[in-house]
Amino acid sequence: MALEKVQTITDGNFDTTINGGKPVLVDFWAEWCGPCRRLAPTVEELAGDYDGKVVVGKLNVDENPNTAFKFSIRGIPTLLLFKGGQVVEQVVGLADKDSLKKVIDKHVA
Amino acid sequence: MVRNVIVIGSGPAGLTAGIYAARANLKPLLIEGLEAGGQLMLTTLVENWPGHRDGIDGPDLMTAMREQAQRFGAEIIRGNVTSVDLMANPFVVKTSDGEYTSRALIIATGASARLLGLASERALIGHGVSTCATCDGYFFRGKPIAVVGGGDSAMEEAIFLTRFASHVTVVHRRDTLRASKIMQDKAFGNPKISFEWNTEVDDIKDKGKGEVTAMLLRNSITGARKELAVDGVFVAIGHNPNTALFRGQIETDANGYIVTHAGSRTSVPGVFACGDVQDHVYRQAITAAGSGCMAAIDAEKYLEGLPQHLGEGQHLTVPTA
Repeated sequence: MALEKVQTITDGNFDTTINGGKPVLVDFWAEWCGPCRRLAPTVEELAGDYDGKVVVGKLNVDENPNTAFKFSIRGIPTLLLFKGGQVVEQVVGLADKDSLKKVIDKHVA
Repeated sequence: MVRNVIVIGSGPAGLTAGIYAARANLKPLLIEGLEAGGQLMLTTLVENWPGHRDGIDGPDLMTAMREQAQRFGAEIIRGNVTSVDLMANPFVVKTSDGEYTSRALIIATGASARLLGLASERALIGHGVSTCATCDGYFFRGKPIAVVGGGDSAMEEAIFLTRFASHVTVVHRRDTLRASKIMQDKAFGNPKISFEWNTEVDDIKDKGKGEVTAMLLRNSITGARKELAVDGVFVAIGHNPNTALFRGQIETDANGYIVTHAGSRTSVPGVFACGDVQDHVYRQAITAAGSGCMAAIDAEKYLEGLPQHLGEGQHLTVPTA
């Protein structure tokens, strides 16, 4: 299942995850955010589609406020794409799978 | 395969249409769209949905409606419609993943939050500018913020945001609120809320810094300008109907809302509209659901080719297929 391909990212494992070599897509979300619930299945599908090429993870901003603060996240859902440990793309709010793939494909050979 | 009916949209209007069409054995296809679940997904407690005495969580209500539609056999897909052709029957509906044809179409695409239209506003979305208090209020704990607008949604957001913010300033361009009496009383009674009346937003700072630091306000009567230091700006100035897909193919009013007559009928026979996409007056979950029910019944009658529920001077067009 695609579901299990989405990693859980925390304040604790964030740095090692984004510096792990592969590009990393991080979904900043929270339980109380309706649009985040809408975006979740799309993120799960992306994890399946880019399996082996991009690490896809979810970061709960409620439980991991430090990372959200560090990247000045003031609205969710927000997706950040990291390459070589740096933010290369940012998508705020809802987006469909096709447009997200276009954003990711710019950075994934 | 030509379907009986396709429903575009998955708020209370679309899902209720889906429930009724499924129970009429029409095997509807429902295309959810990007903002699946509609505006109720952005709310918390819904206190005016009849039958839930103590209120129900908006996203929970939409999840239950979706499951109810599926239980009766509605096929629900997550796609976003990219184009429609209403010029010939069967109608053609395209998504990024496929193409579908149908003898009847129910439009329930709703309305989306309107923005002020400032360049700085667009640049700062996700960095202090928001249209969703329930999503983003959390990030403004102990900070001063502003809500722009004077309707029910604006008051609801302002009241909700006092849970987090140190202070909420409501910026409204008139000298009275459009909000209902109960919401006004709640807002006026809240010590954390103050009001800036007859006030327009000229700009939001600070685009260069990539975060909201202040708003530039102008009093529309005196012309006086001032800067209000805030960390967040929540925009709640109303909605625009999501009708871009249908432009030029169906009658809309001056504001883009689909014009309906004799129930949910539109200018195109076989195309029905329900919910906020055709209603700028009531805009409630319950009225949207009610009109969704009407659209499904109207579509069913249309498909049966029976001349029922026609208004005066209306002529029924029998489906060609």
